[in-house]
Amino acid sequence: MAEWFQDNGLLLGLALLDGLSSAGLIFLVAVGLNLVFGVLRIVNVAHGSLYAIGAYSAASIGIFLASLGLPGWASIPALVVSAALVGAVLGPLIERFLLRRIYAQEEVVQLLVTFALFMVLEDVQKLVWGVQPIHHDTAMTLLGTIDIPFAGDVIPFTNYQLFVLPGFAVVTLVGLAWFLRRTLTGRVIVAVTTDREAATAMGIDASRIYLLTFSFGAALAALGGALSSPTAALVPGIGAQTIVLSFAVVATAGLGQIEGAALTSLMMGLGRSIAVYFEPELEVVVPYIIMVLVLLVRPQGLFGVTETRRV
Amino acid sequence: MRKIEPILAVLLAAAMIAAAIAAPWLRFVLTIALAKGIAVLGIMLLLRAGQVSFGHALYVAFGAYVVAFLAPRLNDAVLLLAAAAVGAGLLGLLIGLFVARYRQIFFGMLNLAMCMVFYSLLEKLYHITRGSDGIRVEVMPVAGQALDRVAYEWAIFGIALALALGLGILLRLYLSSPMGEALAGIKTRETRLEFMGVPARGVLLSAYVISAVVGGIGGALIAMTSRHVTPLLSYWTASGELVFIAILGGAGGVLGPFLGAAAYELIRVYAAASFADAWQMILGAALLLVILFAPGGLWGMAGRLAGGRGR
Amino acid sequence: MSEVLLQAAGLRLAFGGVRAADGIDLAVMGGEFLAIIGPNGAGKTTFINMTTGYLRPQSGEITYEGRRITGMAPRAIVKLGIARSFQLPQLFLEHTVEQNLALAVASREGIWSPLAPLRRPRYREEAHDLLERFGLAAIAGTRADALNEGARKLADIAMAVALRPRLLLMDEPTSGVAASEKMAVVETLARVLREAKVTAVFVEHDMDVVERFADRVAVWSQGRIAALGPPQEVLADPAVQRDVIGIERHPATPEAPHA
Repeated sequence: MAEWFQDNGLLLGLALLDGLSSAGLIFLVAVGLNLVFGVLRIVNVAHGSLYAIGAYSAASIGIFLASLGLPGWASIPALVVSAALVGAVLGPLIERFLLRRIYAQEEVVQLLVTFALFMVLEDVQKLVWGVQPIHHDTAMTLLGTIDIPFAGDVIPFTNYQLFVLPGFAVVTLVGLAWFLRRTLTGRVIVAVTTDREAATAMGIDASRIYLLTFSFGAALAALGGALSSPTAALVPGIGAQTIVLSFAVVATAGLGQIEGAALTSLMMGLGRSIAVYFEPELEVVVPYIIMVLVLLVRPQGLFGVTETRRV
Repeated sequence: MRKIEPILAVLLAAAMIAAAIAAPWLRFVLTIALAKGIAVLGIMLLLRAGQVSFGHALYVAFGAYVVAFLAPRLNDAVLLLAAAAVGAGLLGLLIGLFVARYRQIFFGMLNLAMCMVFYSLLEKLYHITRGSDGIRVEVMPVAGQALDRVAYEWAIFGIALALALGLGILLRLYLSSPMGEALAGIKTRETRLEFMGVPARGVLLSAYVISAVVGGIGGALIAMTSRHVTPLLSYWTASGELVFIAILGGAGGVLGPFLGAAAYELIRVYAAASFADAWQMILGAALLLVILFAPGGLWGMAGRLAGGRGR
Repeated sequence: MSEVLLQAAGLRLAFGGVRAADGIDLAVMGGEFLAIIGPNGAGKTTFINMTTGYLRPQSGEITYEGRRITGMAPRAIVKLGIARSFQLPQLFLEHTVEQNLALAVASREGIWSPLAPLRRPRYREEAHDLLERFGLAAIAGTRADALNEGARKLADIAMAVALRPRLLLMDEPTSGVAASEKMAVVETLARVLREAKVTAVFVEHDMDVVERFADRVAVWSQGRIAALGPPQEVLADPAVQRDVIGIERHPATPEAPHA
């Protein structure tokens, strides 16, 4: 054991750090998906496309700002701005013109509509940004690296991945929990989530809540994408990868569970990065193994509540 | 509508044969369409129970790889089809025992997870599967007869058509049997089934195994037609495509999947030829149009044209 | 009235702090019609749910024909001859009334023949016979989701009867049935059940129905049986009148002097 640690300690440290930062990203995207599902009862397959579009927009805006001769730090707020833009533009468009027409439809149909949207957006993204990798990492390089002492050694790690990514996740988690529990709009959202009929019967304007929630969820997906853009080159297909991972997180955590999504993201982020460093073949499989194991023990998800049907 | 279904089936089969004679490339497209239609029969079965599997490409890919792996040892199309059907059925039983406990999004996502795990294995276990390069499948004897390439393609087309008709008839009988009707009962009142002494999980499991078998058969036919198998057969978008075809065809009768598959493949071929970068977008838009403006799918449209009701 | 068909002993079940069953002891005699009355939340449905295997009591025993059935799955209990109907009718909404009935008949005989149709004459005839007896023949071809509440309720009960149970538990069989039709409906129901020699336990809020059709009445109160006996005696008990009937009758049928 000690010997193994001597040989692999550094790798393990790196895996843990990587896992932490990717957990932050996973959480941002998954919690958006979960929120939208909780309120609209629609599993949005196109959530992954919103992530990809957020990532590409952030890179484009960053590159554009740099071409204007603006200093590098400008690309940091640009990340958030591009996410907000995607949420504010695409969110209402999709909710108003597409989802609104299918709220009364069967679940299968709703799933297929978002799948079709996913197909359309994937090609839109390819038409706008092409298929060549796009890389814009100013935001990350600018913040520099930090040497982290670990197991008698030091691991250099970027400040961006260590602080910014998990930081955004924590702020989102805390902010969202506060918003849903303490503010009026938040409580209305929770009310709609738990009992839509009762909420509507009480005179809650569900359509406004749907619009708001969907746009916010879209912005979270885009934020995840935007924040990921400095850490890796953008290529077609990142949306598809992201959505399946987010599905896994949502199903594992339990529907509508925010803290559950945080914990699950952490598990999956760490599991995946440990796999990357030690058994790379397993990387893609790890999240699903976690999901299957969790659902075997708790069929309604880690934090899901069993619905006992009244007969 | 039910009454004219056999007539429509015969007409459709005749049209396919005529098209296949008229243009060799259509023979290829239609064989693929028949193979996918057979696989989609399984999706339709699960839709009858109100469950959407976002992972049935698993069984298609499994059937295809059975052909690719066994072809050197078991060099006959008929034997390989049988092997693929049995193998996929056993895999379906194994996975079904687990996933039949779940409903709705959990059912969909667990299937997705299994499918993605299989995809990753195909992709990563390079020394066995040759990874994303895939495996070539050579022209093989059919029922003991060694054939040249053209005769072979005709034979596979014929087998696909015969299987489509045969399986269509069998599943039509199944759907109107108490077992098939109980399947529809899972969608509307699963609890009642239990209180009538019917094990709902067993009903769903048997449908699931059937869906795996037809998936395996469809996959084997695809491998024999395209003569090249790659992990992409098991990617989640391929699963989405199967659900897409089911909805496009309309979930009413057993003809729906074949109407849907033929339409899907033709749109895809034309779109890919004319708009190489945007075929996904065109398919997605077509799906949206069908869902928003022709909710019964092609089957429902045919039903309205025939003056009957969709079901 | 002959031997004990169903015996519940010391059933207890609490949801959180609410005691839905707090020591239920009850013997149901073969052939009798036993009414269960009591205010909402007294645990009446919980008793049915425990007897049919939907809920498992935390302690206590249920025996049926001398056999312990506590904790068995609903579908196993059905096979022994205990069927139930539901407070909220549980029909297969996308099927017609006839198909609902035929499916119940088929499931009694085992549904595992994948290639023989549900529309086979034997099933259809029996389904029609039942619909006839329940006065539902006219709506045999109607989809279940298009029925009115009263018809839904009756179809729900007919499905339970199609299972040919020896014991039938009905959760508020007359709720949702229009007041003007209520007596006729119960009359029909009682006749069908007597013909088929079915023992019945039913939760009921209408005291006229109870008085007319029940052989015995059990009064539920906070998870316990507060009184048990023939309707004339139990319903005349001042405590029952005050605690149960008062609550039940008060808003709906005020005590009008000329009634």
